Amino acid sequence: MRIGFLHKILAIVHKDIIAELRTKEMFSSMFVFALLVIVIFNFAFELRVANIRQVAPGVLWVTFTFAGILGLNRSFILEKDRGCLEGLLLAPVDRSAIYFGKMLGNLLFMSVVEAIVLPIFWVLFNPPLFSPALIPVIVLGTVGFAGVGTLFSAIAVHTRAREVMLPILLFPIVVPLMIAAVKITGGLLDGQPLAEMRHWLNLLVGFDVIFLAVSYMTFDYVVEE
Amino acid sequence: MIEIRGLLKSFGHNVVLRGVDLEVASGQFLTLVGPNGAGKTTLIRILATLSKATSGTVLVDGFDLADEIIDIRKHVGFVSHQTLLYGDLTPDENLRFYGRMYDVPDLEDRIEVVLQQVGLEGRRHEPVRTFSRGMQQRLAIARAILHRPSVLLLDEPDTGLDQHATEMLHQLLATVGTEGRTVLMTTHNLERGLAMGDRVAILARGRIAYETDKNALDLEGFREVYYRFVGGSMR
Amino acid sequence: MNTRSFAATGVLNGIAALAMLVALYLALVYAPPAANLVGAAQIAQRIFYFHVPSAWVGFLAFFVTFVASIAYLWKGGRQWDVLAFSSVEIGLVFTSMVVTTGPLWAKPTWGVWWVWSDPKLSTVAVLWLIYFAYLMLRNTVEDEARRARLAAVLGIVGFLDVPIVFGAVRWWGQSVAHPIVFGTGGLRHSPRMLTAFLFCLGAFTLLYVVLLIQRLRLEGMRHEVERLKSQGFTL
Repeated sequence: MRIGFLHKILAIVHKDIIAELRTKEMFSSMFVFALLVIVIFNFAFELRVANIRQVAPGVLWVTFTFAGILGLNRSFILEKDRGCLEGLLLAPVDRSAIYFGKMLGNLLFMSVVEAIVLPIFWVLFNPPLFSPALIPVIVLGTVGFAGVGTLFSAIAVHTRAREVMLPILLFPIVVPLMIAAVKITGGLLDGQPLAEMRHWLNLLVGFDVIFLAVSYMTFDYVVEE
Repeated sequence: MIEIRGLLKSFGHNVVLRGVDLEVASGQFLTLVGPNGAGKTTLIRILATLSKATSGTVLVDGFDLADEIIDIRKHVGFVSHQTLLYGDLTPDENLRFYGRMYDVPDLEDRIEVVLQQVGLEGRRHEPVRTFSRGMQQRLAIARAILHRPSVLLLDEPDTGLDQHATEMLHQLLATVGTEGRTVLMTTHNLERGLAMGDRVAILARGRIAYETDKNALDLEGFREVYYRFVGGSMR
Repeated sequence: MNTRSFAATGVLNGIAALAMLVALYLALVYAPPAANLVGAAQIAQRIFYFHVPSAWVGFLAFFVTFVASIAYLWKGGRQWDVLAFSSVEIGLVFTSMVVTTGPLWAKPTWGVWWVWSDPKLSTVAVLWLIYFAYLMLRNTVEDEARRARLAAVLGIVGFLDVPIVFGAVRWWGQSVAHPIVFGTGGLRHSPRMLTAFLFCLGAFTLLYVVLLIQRLRLEGMRHEVERLKSQGFTL
């Protein structure tokens, strides 16, 4: 029973990957958008801000967030098309499998985009040093974002204002996530050891745990008719 | 088999189903006809577990809809107006995905079999969005029977199909229906409905107004009965 | 409509209105000016008597929504949904009060209209945004049952976020000294200030309750009208 559950989650992720590989629509729009955001910010701040490194962590996370929204939106709009979401609901499996399947897919796509954006960010903002601890921090932040984001995009897709609704719902909720992520990223780029920012890390992890749990528990109510 | 007793469904103040009593014996093909707004789609969606009844009892193959919903899903196949297919994926990929979601044991062979049954094995590796609506509906049927359900539910499957495609669809349904399945199909088309089913029923104003064996009436007779029950219900 | 309960709420409304007038007097006249401030800052300090109670009511309202949302999802029942959104509507008004009085107080006291590094201001701002999103969400969903369900989920998730936002901004550090109400040098030193503050707190809470009752009643009437209308047209 448990294995079947995991198997179905992976089937959903696999399906999303195949679909995306075929059209590359989501990936390309996310990537282009991220690129635009980072370039524009870089350009705008360089004109005015003396030390651009101060704003770098914020810009990075804003970029990830905006690109992430695009991916989250597309993920469920794809399912609403031709009624595929109903196809998922007909399957003999607990609804949470749909949640985890979609969430993992979103996490994966966001991570791929982030992996490509990060070097570009490095080139443009030229931070003094690289800390490998940055990677798990980005992962944790993305997990939280995708966790709540998947729930909210399922909500948004049932409203009339589909694409607009998601950021309106999501952004206020992920404020603590953003604060923690930007704080830690800034600290790491300044050379602070991760251990000194332990309470921020706790916040990040705490956010992820709480909101993944709540999202998983309430997802059923969102998708059922 | 399907047993429905006293099924009520309301959306806020709007009562759509007002106590439906219906039985479809095992292996039988029942066609359900009725005007728009009578509640055909609502009824079939409740049977398909996509919607919840306000009250009443529904038993599918002995499983109670209220408690054993996941078991029911294993035994039910559903075809609706929408195809429930991923346009960017091929039939092969679509069926593989659904096969996994339903734990179909011999998936590879099974895909082969159903594609042949619906006559689409030639287009197996082309994206579904390149298909005509008729072909997509046939694939939708393939998807619905992939997991060998004992009950097949069809909600106006011939919507949006031209004459030729409708013809093909009905031929397909005739063969698919004879595999020992219990079938419930809703349709607007009285002629087809009478031709296809073992029994026909009329749903009007949220209730089963009339039910009969297909041999009891000819088309004219049936039309007469239909308009008698349905005539005054236009809102 | 029960005439006795009508009269009872009428009395309650009267008391609330009176309480607000008294609160106004207490805050603006009775309470002594803050000894450690001068000029504009000293006068602006009086905003505190409305600012803090409004914030309190804002949180209270959201908590009520949180509980009502859980009750709705768990047990069902329209009345929980009505309570949830009524509380949001009223809470949003009070929260708007906080967000507008905040800058009015901040400018003379700190020299800036707004700082994000202050946990209380930021938390209230986020609270406002979540409330607003809640109402927007309700506005964009047509199906009643779905609307209630989606809103309930947001009511739960949103409320859980609030303490986390507060903690996050507090750790942010370097916050401009947000006047500490109950600490040293605060209200403890002035019994008149304390009286004024507590009374305002009570008056605002009473106002919330009164508005909530009115809103619930209004919704009840609207629902009744809808019901009668729908019955008028069925056969």
